[in-house]
Amino acid sequence: MKFRVLYILALLAMVMPSKALANKEKERPYLDYVMEHIADANEFHLFGSVHIPLPCILYSEETGLDVFLSSAFEHGHKSVHGYVLDHGDVKRIAGWKSDMHLEHIDSTVAVETESGIVYYAYHHGEQHLLEKPSTLLKFTSWIDFSISKNVFSMLLATLLLFVIFFSVRRSYEKRAGQAPKGLQSFLEPVFTFMRDEVVKPNIGPRYERYLPFIMSLFFFILISNLLGLIPFFPGGANITGNVSSTLALALFTMIVVNFSGNKHYWQHIFWMPGVPVPIRFLLAPIEFASIFIKPFTLLIRLFANVTAGHVIILCLVGMVFILGDNGRSVGGAASGSVLAVLFVVVMNLLELFVAFLQAFIFALLTSLYIGSAVEEHHHEEAHH
Amino acid sequence: MTGTLAAVGAGLAVLGAGLGIGQIGGRAMEAIARQPEVSGDIRTTMIIAAALIEGAALFAIVGAFFF
Repeated sequence: MKFRVLYILALLAMVMPSKALANKEKERPYLDYVMEHIADANEFHLFGSVHIPLPCILYSEETGLDVFLSSAFEHGHKSVHGYVLDHGDVKRIAGWKSDMHLEHIDSTVAVETESGIVYYAYHHGEQHLLEKPSTLLKFTSWIDFSISKNVFSMLLATLLLFVIFFSVRRSYEKRAGQAPKGLQSFLEPVFTFMRDEVVKPNIGPRYERYLPFIMSLFFFILISNLLGLIPFFPGGANITGNVSSTLALALFTMIVVNFSGNKHYWQHIFWMPGVPVPIRFLLAPIEFASIFIKPFTLLIRLFANVTAGHVIILCLVGMVFILGDNGRSVGGAASGSVLAVLFVVVMNLLELFVAFLQAFIFALLTSLYIGSAVEEHHHEEAHH
Repeated sequence: MTGTLAAVGAGLAVLGAGLGIGQIGGRAMEAIARQPEVSGDIRTTMIIAAALIEGAALFAIVGAFFF
C-alpha cells in the first residue's frame, strides 16, 4: 500500500516537469522559486496560472488614496494610476501626474549604481524612474497599505484565534462545573501548562495582568507558524518568516516590558546596587543596549528558525526539478521525487516541532523579561 | 569570494551550536540518569537552553545571509 502511493507520486512527478519545459520560458535558477515562495506577494498563487488577487491600498500625497485589486496590474504589464508591479513588488513612477497616460509597461529593469539599486520602467521606449514605498528607514513619495498575502494571513490567524477562543469561552459558560468536552478539553491543558509553568513562576504574584498578552503572543505565533506550514490556500503565506511581523511582535514585548518596569528594574540597568562605582559607568551603556538587544534576539530567533525551515523544505522539493533537470530527465525526476517525499515529510515533522517550540520560547522569554521588570526588591541580604 | 566566505562563516556558527547543544543534551542525560524523578524539569530546561543557543547561532546565519 505504501509503495503504491510512492509509485503514483513518482508517476505524477514524471508528468509535471515536462509541463514546465513546454512553456519554452527562459529557465530561472531554482533559488528564484524558493525566494518567491517565502516572500510576500500581492496575490495568492493557487496552482498553474490561477491567482487570487488581493486589494492594493496605496496612498501618495500627490495623487491621494488608490484602492484596487492587484489583478489590475496584469502581472506587471499595466500601470494603474502611476503604480507599477515590478517582479511582485509595487512601485510608483516618480512624479506621476494624472494627465500622464502610461498604461502599458514594456519592461522594468534594475540598475546598480553607487548609491544602491535604481529601478526603471520602460513605456514605449521612454524610461521612467520607479520609487519603492516608504519604509521606517527611508521616506519616499508614497505609502503602501496593501492587504498582501502576509497581512491577509495575519488577519486570518486573528480570526481563527477569535473563533476558537470565543467558542471555548461559551462552552465554559454553558458547562460550568462539568468536565470539559471537545475543543475546551484540548485547549485546557495547553493553557494551564503555559499559565502554571511559564507565566506564574516567572512573573510572580501579579501575573494575571500579563496573562492575556503572553497567551495571545503564544497562540498567535503558534497559529501563524502552523498556517505557514500548510502548502495550499488559505495557508500558504509565510508570516513569521517575515522580519516585519516578528519585528512588530518584538516591539510589543519591548513596550510591555519597559512600560511595566518598576524602580528596581531601572535601577538595575543604570545604577546597579552592589557594584563598585567605576564599574557601574562601564556596565550602564551595556545594560541600556540590552533593552533593545533582548527583543531583537527574540525577533531574529523566531524569524531565522522559521525561514530556515521553509527554505530547507523548498530546496528539498526542488530536488525533483534539479535531479530531473527541469523535465529533461524522467528517471532523475522519479528518483528525485522519491527522495524529496521522504525528506520533506521528515522536515515537515521537524518544522512542526519547531513551530511549537519557537512559540513557547518566545512566550517564555517574554514572561522572563516581564518578570525581571516587575520583580520586587527582595534580595537585600545578597548585596554587600 | 564574499559568498563563499559567508557560507564558511555560517558553517562555523553551526559547528559552535552543535557543540553547545550536544553538551547540553549529554549533561541532561547524565542528570536524568542520576535523578529520574525530575526528568520532566530537566527536559524542559534542556529545550529552553537549546533554543537560546540556537538563537545565537541563527544570528550568525542571518548575518551570513546579508553577505
